[in-house]
Amino acid sequence: MALQTVSEKCSGCRLCQLFCALVHFGENNPAKGALRITGVFPDPGQYTVTVCDQCGLCAEECPEEAIILKHNNYVVLEDRCTKCGICVDVCPTRSIFLRDDEPAAIKCDGCLECVPYCPREALLPKEV
Amino acid sequence: MSVLYGYGGSILDIDLSTQRVSKSRLEPDFARKYIGGRGFVARLLWDLIPKGADPLGPDNVAVVAAGPLTGAFLPSPSKVEFGAKSPATGGYGDSNMGGHFGPAMKHAGYDVFIIRGASATPVYIAIDDDTVLIRDASHLWGKGSYATEKALKEELGDDFQIAVIGPAGENLVKIACITHDFGRQAGRCGIGAVWGSKRLKAVAVRGSRGFPVADPAAMFKKGKEMFDIIFKLPGFKEWTPYGTAEITDWCNVSGVFPTRNFYTGYFPHYEQINGRALRQPIVTLDKGCFGCPIPCGKYSHVNLPQGSARVEGPEYETVALFGGNCELSRIEEIAYANWLFDDLGMDTISGGNIVAFAIECFEKGIISQGDLGGRAVSFGDLDSVIHIGKLIANREHIGDLLAEGVKAASARLGKGSEHFAIHVKGLEVSGYEPRYAAAMLLAYMTCDVGAHHNRAWAITYDISVGRDKLEGKAAKVVELQHLRPLLDALGICRFPWIEVGFELRHYAEIFPMITGSKETWEELNRLSERIWNLTRAFWVREVPGFGRSWDRAPGRFLTEPVPSGAAHGKLLGEEITERLLDEYYRLRGWDEQGVPKREKLLELGLSDVASVLYG
Repeated sequence: MALQTVSEKCSGCRLCQLFCALVHFGENNPAKGALRITGVFPDPGQYTVTVCDQCGLCAEECPEEAIILKHNNYVVLEDRCTKCGICVDVCPTRSIFLRDDEPAAIKCDGCLECVPYCPREALLPKEV
Repeated sequence: MSVLYGYGGSILDIDLSTQRVSKSRLEPDFARKYIGGRGFVARLLWDLIPKGADPLGPDNVAVVAAGPLTGAFLPSPSKVEFGAKSPATGGYGDSNMGGHFGPAMKHAGYDVFIIRGASATPVYIAIDDDTVLIRDASHLWGKGSYATEKALKEELGDDFQIAVIGPAGENLVKIACITHDFGRQAGRCGIGAVWGSKRLKAVAVRGSRGFPVADPAAMFKKGKEMFDIIFKLPGFKEWTPYGTAEITDWCNVSGVFPTRNFYTGYFPHYEQINGRALRQPIVTLDKGCFGCPIPCGKYSHVNLPQGSARVEGPEYETVALFGGNCELSRIEEIAYANWLFDDLGMDTISGGNIVAFAIECFEKGIISQGDLGGRAVSFGDLDSVIHIGKLIANREHIGDLLAEGVKAASARLGKGSEHFAIHVKGLEVSGYEPRYAAAMLLAYMTCDVGAHHNRAWAITYDISVGRDKLEGKAAKVVELQHLRPLLDALGICRFPWIEVGFELRHYAEIFPMITGSKETWEELNRLSERIWNLTRAFWVREVPGFGRSWDRAPGRFLTEPVPSGAAHGKLLGEEITERLLDEYYRLRGWDEQGVPKREKLLELGLSDVASVLYG
């Protein structure tokens, strides 16, 4: 299973970002969440919530073979990642990113823990 | 240096006169004594504003403050307080809003922004974690709130959270608000005019650092439990589709819906402007503040002969003040008026009051068609609301006087208009008609910014225990005035509690997990009492002759029985009102003029404040 988003339902509350940061880093910092929310306002007034769709392009292009498939989701191996940024450049949905204060690239690992806590049911599990 | 859990940790101090920016550490003692949000605003206004400062002069200080729970993991932790000496009232002023601005401040490492002085030319402030820039805003000056925010998102990036003023703030209109996230407002007290006087068009902030939490694992577990409980409450499903407009029916059935400049408490067309009338035809998105499970923001789209509008709302207050009070009987018309006032940057509560006041003045021959720029106006007419709104925002014709608020306008116009100028302390009354609701009336009279509902939303208590019952009402108002503003100090929204029925004990339980502080809920309420007395002291210090007469209800509320609806023929009247006030002062430890006694201030740890008031 992997994470799927339904942007039409998103209220823009960003709870998923904070949730993700707490699950993976134990930090109260939504900027470390693997989901991205953008809004187009005032017209038409919509949010888009984007997350890795597990296409695997980053894994194919990673020179260090630091991104591997695990239970149908691509995960980053911290000890192999050199933060070269190639994955960021090739990602078609801008769903993998680097931070100065983290040793490896950050992306959704498909843990699905956020799903039941989206108040708008905009996050769903999907078969891959 | 020990870590201050639950806080960004820094105060950002910006002097627009000198363009100097400095940062200081948030002192733990200060944080513990004043909690955050509204508490920080109250203390900083007291400390930083010189006595007698002109609210629209460079000596006034604009403060923005988040609370310890703002931006943390729990339901609806979105609140941030905007404060200044109020140009609307001349006294203590603050107003809070949700959205994402407060959480972004915290995640950038700040609890407080202090904005002093005044710039010679229009500017905006951009804060990106540690980087703070004061930038030219000439290209934004004159633009509406929506266009300003959109332009800044394009200039800086979509992930900046932005608070702006509209043309009304630039024109020093005393009901000018702060707008954020295309539809959230810190509406009250004219804080937008204070920003305008400093030529500050906007503040933008982006935070990527987060803030330290005492026990993140415990907060995460407890926070999840809080969400789990809310998802299962019946109120979750009942309130989510309609937002605050859900209570329009209840207010009409109860006869407390302000109608025709508070002439009565019942609007016969209310079913055309209630939550259901809003939901089906015009809502396009349920828009939520940071971390909110119950998105009350009903983002709407209307097309009318007057134009097309996309607006977050109308929420209840706007439904009440443009719907009942100006008698707009279609939800689409209210949404359009809502959009216009948001774009011009004016509070819809005071706005709906002033428009209704102007129409009543016109009907009674106190102002003329010439005063209105050559146009007649009437209740129930969207074009009248639009026309008067634009006159006010641009300070044209009678709009220049109306822009001062109904208190100042009626004092100038005379001819009995003071009687139906619906305000306390110069701040226009919110959307609950209180003539026959003792606790709500007392709450308006004694609210620390003027007649605002959210310090003690006592109307439901009145209806449940008996509207004319007096016993226990003053005590209830005191209790609520500590409890409800405590949420504004903590930085959380009251919606889960008041509307949806979520228990407050959960906040008490998660507070120490976030802050590491051991205060009990009772102790936090005691700190809220300290804040309440400090804001009262600010009035005493700043307003010559401040006293009991400033807590007086509007004339209409004291002498005119309700002419229709559930409270038909009823009135509490002046004698009862005075008795309530006596009891309230006694319970508060204030003298017969409503001034906090020295021993009360000492008891609350405000000895320095006592020294200023008593020497």
